[in-house]
Amino acid sequence: MPSILYREALNQALREEMRRDDRVFLMGEEVGYYQGAFKVSKGLLEEFGEKRVIDTPITELGFTGVGVGAAMMGLRPVIEMMTFNFAILAMDQIVNNAVKIQYMSGGQFRVPMVVRGPGGPSRQLAAQHSQSLESWFCHVAGLKVVAPSTPKDAKGLLKSSIRDGNPIIFIEGQELYSQKGEVPEEEYLIPIGQGEIKKEGSDVTLIAWSKMLHLAMDVARDLEQKGVSVEVIDPRTLKPLDVPLLVSSIKKTHRAVIVEEGWRFCGLGAEISSILYGQAFDAFDAPIERVTGIDVPMPYAKNLEKAAIPDKERVMAAIKKTLN
Amino acid sequence: MSPQEEKHLLSQMLLIRRFEEKAAEMYSLGKIGGFCHLYIGQEAVAVGAISALLPEDYVVSAYRDHGHCLAKGSDPKKVMAELFGRIDGLCKGKGGSMHFFDTATHFLGGYAIVGGHLPVATGVAFALKYQQKPQVVLCFFGEGAVNTGAFHESLNLASLWKLPVIYICENNRYGMGTPVERASSLYNISLRGSGYGLHLEQVDGMDVLQVRESVTRAVDRARNKQLPSFLEMRTYRYMGHSMSDPSHGHYRTKDEVEEQKKRDPIQQFFKKLSAEKVLDEQTFKKMDQKIQQEIEGVIAYADASPFPPLNTLTTDVTVEGTR
Ligand SMILES: Cc1ncc(C[n+]2csc(CCOP(=O)(O)OP(=O)(O)O)c2C)c(N)n1
Repeated sequence: MPSILYREALNQALREEMRRDDRVFLMGEEVGYYQGAFKVSKGLLEEFGEKRVIDTPITELGFTGVGVGAAMMGLRPVIEMMTFNFAILAMDQIVNNAVKIQYMSGGQFRVPMVVRGPGGPSRQLAAQHSQSLESWFCHVAGLKVVAPSTPKDAKGLLKSSIRDGNPIIFIEGQELYSQKGEVPEEEYLIPIGQGEIKKEGSDVTLIAWSKMLHLAMDVARDLEQKGVSVEVIDPRTLKPLDVPLLVSSIKKTHRAVIVEEGWRFCGLGAEISSILYGQAFDAFDAPIERVTGIDVPMPYAKNLEKAAIPDKERVMAAIKKTLN
Repeated sequence: MSPQEEKHLLSQMLLIRRFEEKAAEMYSLGKIGGFCHLYIGQEAVAVGAISALLPEDYVVSAYRDHGHCLAKGSDPKKVMAELFGRIDGLCKGKGGSMHFFDTATHFLGGYAIVGGHLPVATGVAFALKYQQKPQVVLCFFGEGAVNTGAFHESLNLASLWKLPVIYICENNRYGMGTPVERASSLYNISLRGSGYGLHLEQVDGMDVLQVRESVTRAVDRARNKQLPSFLEMRTYRYMGHSMSDPSHGHYRTKDEVEEQKKRDPIQQFFKKLSAEKVLDEQTFKKMDQKIQQEIEGVIAYADASPFPPLNTLTTDVTVEGTR
């Protein structure tokens, strides 16, 4: 299997879906001539032309709404947020229109569109450019939220998202674009709603997604050498969540630690904890531990930033706590 | 304008230029992180516009805020320390390049969401009118912001409610890699404000005196008649959009950048002053040397400042007590 970058995997997914279905188009700031702020859309303008790879002015609310209208008319928009920080401006279109039109119209209209782009804190970009907002989207009834951590998952899940009949929030890891990984040569899809065990283990289940998955794997490898067997699960799709996979792992390990880069209060980790307690209370030998971002806007200073997001030490400590 | 004042404008532009060049150097050494958007080429706008204000007037800026903050009078040492992410920075290291704030100089912030600060500036003007204060507020932004909803909502409100705000669009022709012709339905940016009945002007933003005159008129309207204005300053940025962008990028040619540099605001103004015998080459060089020396001190100060103590991570999130 060839090893490619996360950004290249996304690029392949877009290219293949655009070739397969001429209703699919890509729209956003700098996606065309600039080839994407993170180079995800490299070469697409050249292949598909201005009709299907569309540069927009800085108008997140506007072009996301254009996506909604186009989807109602039968097109398959892929809307790129230069970063998910700017999706806040498009929140009205996502929350009030994209996700509600099917319901409000009693099923007469569908809004199959993907809103995608990088998310998560990134090096010293400070409060307005460094945040994990996946919990916001997960909160909205009817919205599906995907957050792949590897090139293979990114490609397979983006293809599924584009083919899905609903609005999908597809959050790429801003720090993951240059991660390499094996990606099958032949066409494949990864179903939305299916998590994956990234590493088998028997002592504790570590749940993490996107960039945090890599932190989790790092910790698991370290602990393996110290004789602790950590099972690492990547839900991949945050909503719908692969609850059966998580529950079966808890029944095996009896312990869980959730690692989340976003803010703690009302975070996704809280919801996952509640679900797991509800469905597997008897299986637990220790309370679930949550390692999260600190509840502060992201500081600029390097040392403060480091202290604000989960790191190896904190994950190690949380695992230790569940084992004692 | 007195020769003294003219020399001051020149030295302020030079200070910003030298400060920015040093910031670029410090960025490449890893002393500065995150996004860093340099202002080189646009100095005449900040200096000309802010020179038309009184010290107690207010300024609001976007993420390309170094020049505005310095022109408003912030201590360059504290500005650099903020870029270094240190405790003696303007915002205790929490804001960084895109988020300068300085109550001492009435600088109400740098904001990183394009267009997001225009309503804030409008609110500042609202408060000034509400409190019957004599001050005005200048709001700087790029031509990219003119396409956002926030721009149009702000101009409408300011005009409807007659607020003392001056919106200054620094049209440097590119929003990241997109030239204005590919982002705006009208290339004439000043006309984009024409639906709202406020005062419009288009100004050569490379000419510090023209900027100053135009803003002086707008300040007068704001202060004495409580009327807003929208000024388009035609300018140019020499550097890439941010430090991660090569200087001319692939969206414009090197020749274009070189051509624009012929309009350099500092060189142009120096030539004018030297023709008028306000200062000669020698004095200009001395001025520059003095500024460069000052910047060395600025760097030493920033570098000596400690990183913020870890307990400051959770301070200033919410305040205690009632108000
Ligand atoms: C709402 C929003 N969308 C996208 C961005 C990413 N972005 C940052 S600066 C920029 C270009 C802005 O250009 P302009 O307003 O002309 O200002 P200039 O950089 O020329 O000073 C873009 C697209 C952002 N910060 N905010």
